[in-house]
Amino acid sequence: MAITLVMDGKELTVEDGKTLLDVAREMGKDVPTICYHDATTANGLCRMCVVEVEGQRALQPACVVQAGAGMKVHTRSEKVIRARKTILEMLDSTMDLSEADEIQTMMKDYNTDANRFPDAERRESEIKDDNPMYIRDYSKCLLCWRCVQVCAEDAQYTYAINFEGRGFETQIGTFFDKTIPETTCVLCGQCVAVCPTGALKPRREYLLQQGMSPQEISVLNTGRKKRKAR
Amino acid sequence: MIKPDRIVTTTCPYCGVGCNLKLHIKDDFIFKVTSPFDSPVNQGNLCVKGRFGYDFIYHPKRVTTPLARRYLLEGKPKPEGREQVFAVSTDGAPIPNSQISNLWDWVETDWETALNITADTLARIYKRDGSDAMAVYCCAKATNEDNYLLQKMWRALFRTNNVDHCTRLCHAGSVVALLQALGTSAMSNTASQVALNDVFIVTGSNTGENHPIIALQMKEAVRQNGAKLIVIDPRRIDLVDFAELWLPLKPGTNVPVFSAMAHVIVKENLINPDFIANRTEGFNEFIESLEKFTPEFAEEISGAPAEDIRKAARMYAKANNAAIYWGMGISQLSHGTASALGLVNLALLTGHIGRDGTGLNPLRGQNNVQGASDMGAMPFFYPGYQRVDNEEHAAKWEKLWNIEPNGLPRKLGLTTTEILSHAHEGGVRALFIMGENPMMSEPNLNETRKHMQELEFLVSQDIFINESGAFADVFLPATPFAEKDGTFSNTDRRVQRVRTAQPPRGDSRPDWKILCDLALRLESRLGVATSHWAYSHPEEILREAATLSKDYAGITYERIDKVGLIYPVPTLDHPGTPTLFKESFPRGKGKFISVDYVPVKEPVDDEYPFILTTGRVLEHWHGGTMTRNSVVDEVYPEARVEIHPADAEMHGIANNMPVHVTSRRGEIVLRATVTEKTTVGVVFIPWHFHEAAANLLTNDALDPQALIPEFKACAVQVFPAREGELANPENVLARGRY
Amino acid sequence: MADHNLTPLKPAIESYIPMGRSGLLPALHAAQKIYGWIPEPVAAEIARSLRVPLADAHGVIEFYSLFYNEPTSRHVIRVCADVACALKGADRALNQLCSQHGLRPGQTTGDLSLTIEPSPCLGLCEHAPAVWTMDNGQSTIGDGTKADTQPASMVYGPIRMLTANCGNGTTSLEKYGEYDALKKALAMKPEDVVAEVKASGLVGRGGAAFPTGVKWEGAAKAAGGEKYVICNADESEPGTFKDRILLLDDPHRTIEGMCIAAHAIGATKGYIYIRGEYLYIVPVFEDALNEARSAGYLNEQFDIEIRVGAGAYICGEETALFESIEGKRGFPRIKPPFPTTHGVFGKPTVINNVESLCNIPLIIGLGSAEYRKIGTEKSPGPKLFCVSGDVTKPGLYEVPFGVTLRELLEMAGGVANDKKLKSVLFGGAAGAFAASEHLDAKMTFEDLRAAGLPLGSGVVMVFDETRDMRQVLQSLGHFFAHESCGKCYPCQMGAQRQMEILDRVATGKPLEGDLIRLQDVGWTMTDASLCGLGQTAASAVLSAMKLWPELFAESGK
Repeated sequence: MAITLVMDGKELTVEDGKTLLDVAREMGKDVPTICYHDATTANGLCRMCVVEVEGQRALQPACVVQAGAGMKVHTRSEKVIRARKTILEMLDSTMDLSEADEIQTMMKDYNTDANRFPDAERRESEIKDDNPMYIRDYSKCLLCWRCVQVCAEDAQYTYAINFEGRGFETQIGTFFDKTIPETTCVLCGQCVAVCPTGALKPRREYLLQQGMSPQEISVLNTGRKKRKAR
Repeated sequence: MIKPDRIVTTTCPYCGVGCNLKLHIKDDFIFKVTSPFDSPVNQGNLCVKGRFGYDFIYHPKRVTTPLARRYLLEGKPKPEGREQVFAVSTDGAPIPNSQISNLWDWVETDWETALNITADTLARIYKRDGSDAMAVYCCAKATNEDNYLLQKMWRALFRTNNVDHCTRLCHAGSVVALLQALGTSAMSNTASQVALNDVFIVTGSNTGENHPIIALQMKEAVRQNGAKLIVIDPRRIDLVDFAELWLPLKPGTNVPVFSAMAHVIVKENLINPDFIANRTEGFNEFIESLEKFTPEFAEEISGAPAEDIRKAARMYAKANNAAIYWGMGISQLSHGTASALGLVNLALLTGHIGRDGTGLNPLRGQNNVQGASDMGAMPFFYPGYQRVDNEEHAAKWEKLWNIEPNGLPRKLGLTTTEILSHAHEGGVRALFIMGENPMMSEPNLNETRKHMQELEFLVSQDIFINESGAFADVFLPATPFAEKDGTFSNTDRRVQRVRTAQPPRGDSRPDWKILCDLALRLESRLGVATSHWAYSHPEEILREAATLSKDYAGITYERIDKVGLIYPVPTLDHPGTPTLFKESFPRGKGKFISVDYVPVKEPVDDEYPFILTTGRVLEHWHGGTMTRNSVVDEVYPEARVEIHPADAEMHGIANNMPVHVTSRRGEIVLRATVTEKTTVGVVFIPWHFHEAAANLLTNDALDPQALIPEFKACAVQVFPAREGELANPENVLARGRY
Repeated sequence: MADHNLTPLKPAIESYIPMGRSGLLPALHAAQKIYGWIPEPVAAEIARSLRVPLADAHGVIEFYSLFYNEPTSRHVIRVCADVACALKGADRALNQLCSQHGLRPGQTTGDLSLTIEPSPCLGLCEHAPAVWTMDNGQSTIGDGTKADTQPASMVYGPIRMLTANCGNGTTSLEKYGEYDALKKALAMKPEDVVAEVKASGLVGRGGAAFPTGVKWEGAAKAAGGEKYVICNADESEPGTFKDRILLLDDPHRTIEGMCIAAHAIGATKGYIYIRGEYLYIVPVFEDALNEARSAGYLNEQFDIEIRVGAGAYICGEETALFESIEGKRGFPRIKPPFPTTHGVFGKPTVINNVESLCNIPLIIGLGSAEYRKIGTEKSPGPKLFCVSGDVTKPGLYEVPFGVTLRELLEMAGGVANDKKLKSVLFGGAAGAFAASEHLDAKMTFEDLRAAGLPLGSGVVMVFDETRDMRQVLQSLGHFFAHESCGKCYPCQMGAQRQMEILDRVATGKPLEGDLIRLQDVGWTMTDASLCGLGQTAASAVLSAMKLWPELFAESGK
């Protein structure tokens, strides 16, 4: 069944069951997303994709709201821009986004002020280098949840990681902060694959960044473990 | 963040799932692996091996220079004996602790020398002893193109069918059963069709560890689609957590359980009469054979509760779409063929075959075991499963390969296990091994070792000196998946591209180039100019194979550039065939074949009271040539024997304790894992670890039809050992998930 | 560290094992009763028994502030640190208590004999400063001076319909009498019961004011045999304490309301989710449930299970409450789908506040026409107000909708100590400030809406002329930063940034641009947050900015 709605003043007819994000993307609109990923369940966390729907008091997350007949949608109203800009500025004041290319682009697009929140508490933590496959740098984590989701029902059914703390203090963590090898982790690296900020990264990539050469890295994992010559 | 110089799309070199990989490369170094989320095979998911376990290609122990034994280079006679040597003599210095003589040292050489020595020696032996002296192990890890060339070389130049590969050790039982009953041997449906199942059976397969990405699709089918899973397996594998029903049977008792399910389906009239009438034959004889297989009878033999056998039979028979997925717990038995036939019969009774979302699906182990078989790397078949003893087929290949009429042998060749057991004076004298490792993968390795030592000339074409290559006379350094082009055919019958991501390391060369070079040298020594060996690109090789193999006829590199094609692809515009047998079976009607229960060859007794079953773990691959030389070895560094808590208590064994495991054939020492993952009376050992090789213990009894060994059941004793008896006591597996 | 003997744990959690993950919070409560906290092996044993992934179990423990995964005493004294208590010297009480025992707030003695910590609103605002003590599983409440007394409820008002049985200790079934309204309802067709509730004009009393009958109708019509009725007794809005009194003093009214709801929608199972800070209500309510079972009101067709929260304001949000019952972190869900079709365990669910359910026996008993004679045309019925702060007689006031704020304050004896009124906080932390110009506003949904004030859950918190509102705002800022679940970005970071700015404002040293900054954060939370918590987390602050902009200016004082 097809429905008709108005987006940014343009009337269009789309198939039923699409989200506002689907519709916006089909129209070539730039509705930014951070937590959304095609391979994970959309949770509407980042609220970057919010749009204004006439008649609704609150802004609506386009990634989960279904396009409805007769909707009048504004993808870049003043309210929308204020929300997106403030969210980006709050993110920038909270974590290290230096390796989050897409978000860097958004910040330029929304003309954000890097010092919008002076004296703000940042989420900082030590790099967790506890397994030979990948490192975890939660100073870069913006809590998109993708890693937790792919570790659970969105892909691996492994449930090695979940959340610690609550609110601003939330962090991704393991059972009682165990090292990754001590958990149920299967080391599939799916979490690394969906991480948008470089918080999770292959250890090899990390070591290259640290200035090690491919040769040094290749020898490294042969010397870590003592083995009797045969 | 590191910006890659290039990203190369290719196919994972590990298991038969055939996951699509994107290799991110900087300065010829792969620093990251991702997978496209729209991949039809793995939807962007990978396991630890595919994601991180590719680094063996950079391992310092990788051999990238041709090697020959000193005696060959110095033109001296071969020293007595044949021992394993893993290290290479550099600067002409002898290898410390060399057991025999410094003439047996490995010495680096150049390609010209290595290939000439190989060609000279092979030609000499062939001229002296004839075809029966020549044998080759093709490789389920190598590409279709590599395998096609190697079997072609042995058949066309040495006129022998002594061509096999490790499929013999994996699914030979399944292959024979499917060929007998249906006329073809691959999976009937694709693994991703599990999404269409409302009931599915997983049996003899620890899918979660051996086909991790297929297991994800199974888990999703259960959790998201509400499909009902029945696990029939001696071990409490992780899929049991997702199962509606788990039938824990004793290893080697598949036939009574499957036959009892058939018994219930017939007795309770849950059969599909239309399907049986239109698509099958032999029904009446078959149901007579079922009479004695009551669920109670099956329970007595297998230990699986009769009531659960009934439930499983009803669930499977009553489903709209049901499928069976199985692994080597079915085939690796001295009655592996009968086991697989038991499953075929269930599908024929209920008609759960020939439609989307149904099927008989033997999950193939290696990345290209399907393709190597398709390419004729077997002693009975040319490419495309054309029998070597069929005149018509042989004549076609003679024509294609420019061989005189009746020039190709009609005689069936030897299988892998037979090749080695024929290694003696008057038998097989020269063996060429491409990428395989019989010294880990054969049963009863002490016996295998003796056979290896009996060979006159052994060539290893590999990337590491593995346990088998360590016996060789010449070592030809080939390239791994990331340094060559070609195709792999996955368990879905999907033919996918393998692409060069980086240049060959050191002096190594892609297998197909080595083989072409060697073939030309052989032709000159044998004074024949039979076939074409001057290929400029692997695609030409695949196209040659496809000229006589109609399944591959429509496959070109261009067509599989983005997404692979699922064969049969008979024409250049054919879209591929995810579901087989929609209209008929290759042999016409599906044939019910009655099977009888034959116990495993070595029952337990007072002296050897445990059944040993073997298998793999998530982190490792086969004999370990790749994964034991990879970072994954760090997270799974040692062999373990799984033993049930009740057995452990009775035998004074605690978790992590070193134990001896002995069978009538050998003994190993390794740590115990006390776990309810195994059942009472059954111990499990993964066979990847040379330090405690499980195949020292296994029984080399063979299935009479498929000639597959009985890896899945032999009798062993377990008793405590001392720390010092462990090969590497400092390597301890410490993981939360084990 | 003492080794943790798991022997007593097994029998304590045995009955929760069949519940699977849904048994997680009850099992953690049971474990904490034994150990005082949840050591790692205990958490692991519980997770394995209930087949909950270890990391998930840990995530749950981490979410709820009343679960501890670090050594904590079985004797905990919690002093309310929220607004009403702060007015009455809670800070001083906490510090006194701490120095008496040589502890810092939030600290545990080395021998694990005592823990003292500040707490979010304990729902004892009329007894401020409030203290809640847990000793070896025994709860006591009281004001800061006498932590071992259980003060009597203070209930007042011109009408006593909802509170007819309140103010004199717990009302037994014998005193409550028969469930006449239930009997009447059972004689009616379910759809007629729904129609009656719709006709009564009852709207939810938890704060969102959604028409109760419409909710019931939705769940009654939803497909599926398995349906639930849930009583939301996670009364956590600072300044609110009405549900505590209703449940403690008159549990049968709520039970009867739930039974009627179950009949109306066809539910077979009910839950009452009581906030963890109201642990002392649990035995009282359990006794009442047993009485109702003996009398046959609760039976195989419909029974009620008590679930106890564990220190998370967000669980008052209905979908977060479902998650909590399901044994998960209390993250609110995206709506739609709505609870009436996809509630707890994904099944059709009616979830009502305690006060709303207490209205049900009244409506059925009187009939909707008679019921509508109470209150105003658009806001029919009686209403409970939780009056606290600087008034002479704080307490629970039952009035018909339509009395003015001035009248209500007069009932409460006016501003205490003859001081002048500075402001009234309406609706709690998620509410808004009123000033003296609002004194003649009628206390109805429609009149307050017109005045730009939320009725919310009925909080009327009074501040006299001497109060520094910046301190009050700072306290609200800390409350939301502490209680944000962290799911959506605007609230997760906005509540933190809001708190930081309000901290600067409170010390009189706001930075240049803080006013605009606070507004942008506030509007972003209001416009873009996922749930009601985030959408109202800036509500009181934004209202204060309108009333007293000078407080936020750089030179502000």
